[in-house]
Amino acid sequence: MNKYFHSVRLDKDKCKGCTNCIKRCPTQAIRVRAGKAHIINERCIDCGECVRVCPHHAKYISRDSLSQIVDYKYRIALPAPALYAQFNNLENATPILRALPLMGFDAVFEVAAAAELVSEATRFLMKENKLKLPVISSACPAVVRLIRVRFPDLLENLLPINSPVELAARLAREKAVKETGLKPQEIGVFFISPCPAKITSFKNPLGVEKSNVDGAVGINDIYPVLVKIMEKGDRYDIPDAEQNSGIIGMSWASSGGETSGILNDNTLHADGIENCMKILEEVETGTLDSIDFIELNACQGGCVGGCLTSENPYIAKTRLRKLRKYAPVSCNTLQSEEIPDYFFIDGELEPCDDVMKLADNVAEAMMRMKRMNELLEVFPGLDCGTCGTPGCRCLAEDIVRGFAKEDDCVFRMKQNLAQMQNCETFESLIPAPFRETNDDNDNNDNN
Amino acid sequence: MESIKLHYDVSGNDFTCAGEASGKIKRELKGLGFPNEIVRNVAIAVYEGEINMVIHAGGGVIDVEITPECIALDLIDEGPGIPDVSLAMKEGFSTAPENVRQLGFGAGMGLPNIKKYTDEMVIDTKVGVGTTIHLKVFVK
Repeated sequence: MNKYFHSVRLDKDKCKGCTNCIKRCPTQAIRVRAGKAHIINERCIDCGECVRVCPHHAKYISRDSLSQIVDYKYRIALPAPALYAQFNNLENATPILRALPLMGFDAVFEVAAAAELVSEATRFLMKENKLKLPVISSACPAVVRLIRVRFPDLLENLLPINSPVELAARLAREKAVKETGLKPQEIGVFFISPCPAKITSFKNPLGVEKSNVDGAVGINDIYPVLVKIMEKGDRYDIPDAEQNSGIIGMSWASSGGETSGILNDNTLHADGIENCMKILEEVETGTLDSIDFIELNACQGGCVGGCLTSENPYIAKTRLRKLRKYAPVSCNTLQSEEIPDYFFIDGELEPCDDVMKLADNVAEAMMRMKRMNELLEVFPGLDCGTCGTPGCRCLAEDIVRGFAKEDDCVFRMKQNLAQMQNCETFESLIPAPFRETNDDNDNNDNN
Repeated sequence: MESIKLHYDVSGNDFTCAGEASGKIKRELKGLGFPNEIVRNVAIAVYEGEINMVIHAGGGVIDVEITPECIALDLIDEGPGIPDVSLAMKEGFSTAPENVRQLGFGAGMGLPNIKKYTDEMVIDTKVGVGTTIHLKVFVK
């Protein structure tokens, strides 16, 4: 089996082996072993939560460097709409689009423009009533992977259309081939990304054989340079570098933007990975069958909350509103109601190996669960993380899977030791939270 | 093989807690590797039961017994009981108060949905004493 590429990585030298990241991970994908965090490949969804929470900046995102663009004869930048929201005092995005070529790009293709086409195609599909309701947006790759890992039943609810960035890359390359006469492989398409999940998605593309995106840099990688170029206000004449996206396209940068482009009130949007999971639980149980469309963004606030952005997501949202104010509703439209084939995700979306399953057959899984329940009876229930897992339940799970042992719990180990030695100082060896106390000077009911 | 037994308390008059037990049961069944359809059916039935307990009975308890072949559930409450079971089983028949309906509950689909998503359903009820619903979902 090919190892799944992940953009979220660990810098071992910086990692102190603390428990911040293991507790924050929505798929319980991190364990601390030998004083360092380890990310479990099959579980990680590249949401970036651990990157945000690590106090030592030991989690980083593997991405391409801008210098790689020289490998290509013709280079195209694909700015995410979230990039627009990073700048203050802009009336429209044109100054950004004109500054990007000064960083070495020959052309710029707005992801927001492709997003408007995706919005329109979604509206057509919803009108045809052929999709399973509620339709779940497939634009956030962390959410798509979460569904593949933890909610495989809901794969058939996913919108079968490629994400705006994938579509933008294809359209941009086609346009460049036509205009320059170069071969497709001589053209380099680079996404300016707000998040690690997008970067991961290009290396493990869904549906398409190979992603049309050749590389990805973070918004915060290019932001300082871009700001300087824009401040200088150089005159640069790139003929078609005019903003070509409207309210609908730009709105995709923040939570609720995609749903507003569906032009249907019976929709729902949620952001933040925990909230997304709650909604997916509800969809799974069938309580949201009456909703037409659900937009889920793993990052709080949507893409403006991505961990590769520079600006605070709430400030970014305000700026986005300002940018949208006088923009046209939409600048891009399909040629006809016939949606081109390449818009669709090619083939079936496969569930990932079910990493949450305790064993391959129910009988074995039941034995393990029983053992887990026994362990949970004797574990302290503190979820302290000292064992290197997010909590007692997770340790019990790891033990029955054979990845950990009971003594990994320091409280259990101390108790076992004390009993083995049959020593009189047993009481003092018991960890403080479990020691008897004579202190009545607290707020508790002492009955 | 011995079965696995689980027990959950459902607190009354608190809609925010309804769904907690069904969510937990769902997670356990998923972890045990039961087919997705079975997990979903059990979760839907339990969720309906939880809502009923909150609306009508001031809470209750749920006992689950799991074997590889069957998931058996007892939804037990000490509420007012159901005077006419066949009427209560009719789709759309509801005795939920107005404030509950305003929240979007009480559409009279609770018991019919429980029946729809389970293979066996037996209602034991006595007015003034309480209601116990015995459910079975078989793993084909």
